[in-house]
Amino acid sequence: MMLSFINSISRWAIPLLLLAIPTIGIIRKVPIYESFVAGAKEGYNTSVRILPYLVAMLIAIQIFRQSGAMDKLIMFMAPLTQKLGVPNEVLPLAIIRPLSGSGALAMLSYILGTYGPDSFIGRLASTIQGCTETTFYVITVYFGSVGIKKIRHSLITCLAADIVGFIVSVLIVAKIFG
Amino acid sequence: MINIIWFLMIASGIIMAVNNGKIDIITQASLQGAEQAVTIAFGLIGIISFWSGMMKIAEDAGLMEFIAKVLQPLGKLLFPEIPKGHKAMGAILLSMSANFLGLGNACTPLSLKAMDEMQKINKDKTVASDSMCTFVAITSSSLTVIPSTVIAFRVAQGSANPTEIIGTTIIATFASTLTAFTFDRVLKRFSRRGK
Repeated sequence: MMLSFINSISRWAIPLLLLAIPTIGIIRKVPIYESFVAGAKEGYNTSVRILPYLVAMLIAIQIFRQSGAMDKLIMFMAPLTQKLGVPNEVLPLAIIRPLSGSGALAMLSYILGTYGPDSFIGRLASTIQGCTETTFYVITVYFGSVGIKKIRHSLITCLAADIVGFIVSVLIVAKIFG
Repeated sequence: MINIIWFLMIASGIIMAVNNGKIDIITQASLQGAEQAVTIAFGLIGIISFWSGMMKIAEDAGLMEFIAKVLQPLGKLLFPEIPKGHKAMGAILLSMSANFLGLGNACTPLSLKAMDEMQKINKDKTVASDSMCTFVAITSSSLTVIPSTVIAFRVAQGSANPTEIIGTTIIATFASTLTAFTFDRVLKRFSRRGK
């Protein structure tokens, strides 16, 4: 029931939006075709504008991951986080989550496949994945798209949110499913 | 802060690679990173153009101002800096709704539209404004009520109850968004322009 309801939301929301916007446009006497083209023109510029920011960020992330430095960090943190009740199995997901969206999905898939989606580890990994975002991608692309160079306190704020999301996930999954 | 993290990721990676005698990996990894950036940026051209076009229709029809007006109390609370009934507020609220519903690839283009509107009323074009910081904080803490990607992965792995993690996800999301909001409110005072 729940699943089919959710499926229909994600299947219907975008088509309905695509019907609603031009309809409202026509009613409000907007030249919708010309408006669309004028807007779409900006899309190319936006994509090109974020490129240098993405290059900078992805080079650093790839070096960090492929060199084994990230694994070292995980190894270093494991004894510490284990004391706090965090299973070692989900630590790699927590570390990679803010860095790489595709990497995190691969990790989630691996964890669900290895430990089972309905295990404690599987439920915890699902919750962690759902309550956090690819912070570095969001910061890079959002600020990059408008040419902002000084992002002020944004990184600290976003990483704090990730850490709290992670900790609360561990606590709440242990409480509800533990 | 971002300078230090960027440096640490690269430096620690190179030191690790030297330590393991795998220095070749560094060149390969940087090239891969650069290539990946191009793939992502150019992959976005179509979808961003598409949504920018749609949003332009919405804008010309006055939809942005309408949304901004309807959700004014919420907007005012989150983004006190933005003038009443301004387009930027409509764009922000629209992109937040897309995130809320987990509308996947519509989220980034709508959010970039919101950033663009905020940049128009930003005084210093190279420094993030208060509302931009708040917006990025809230969005990056994940607003998703329905984690559709996670559910799809759980279905694929044969979960007996793929949606059972919605409750825990909402609670954890709420905590992380609240943290982002609180940190932003406190820290924005200390990171005002010029610093």
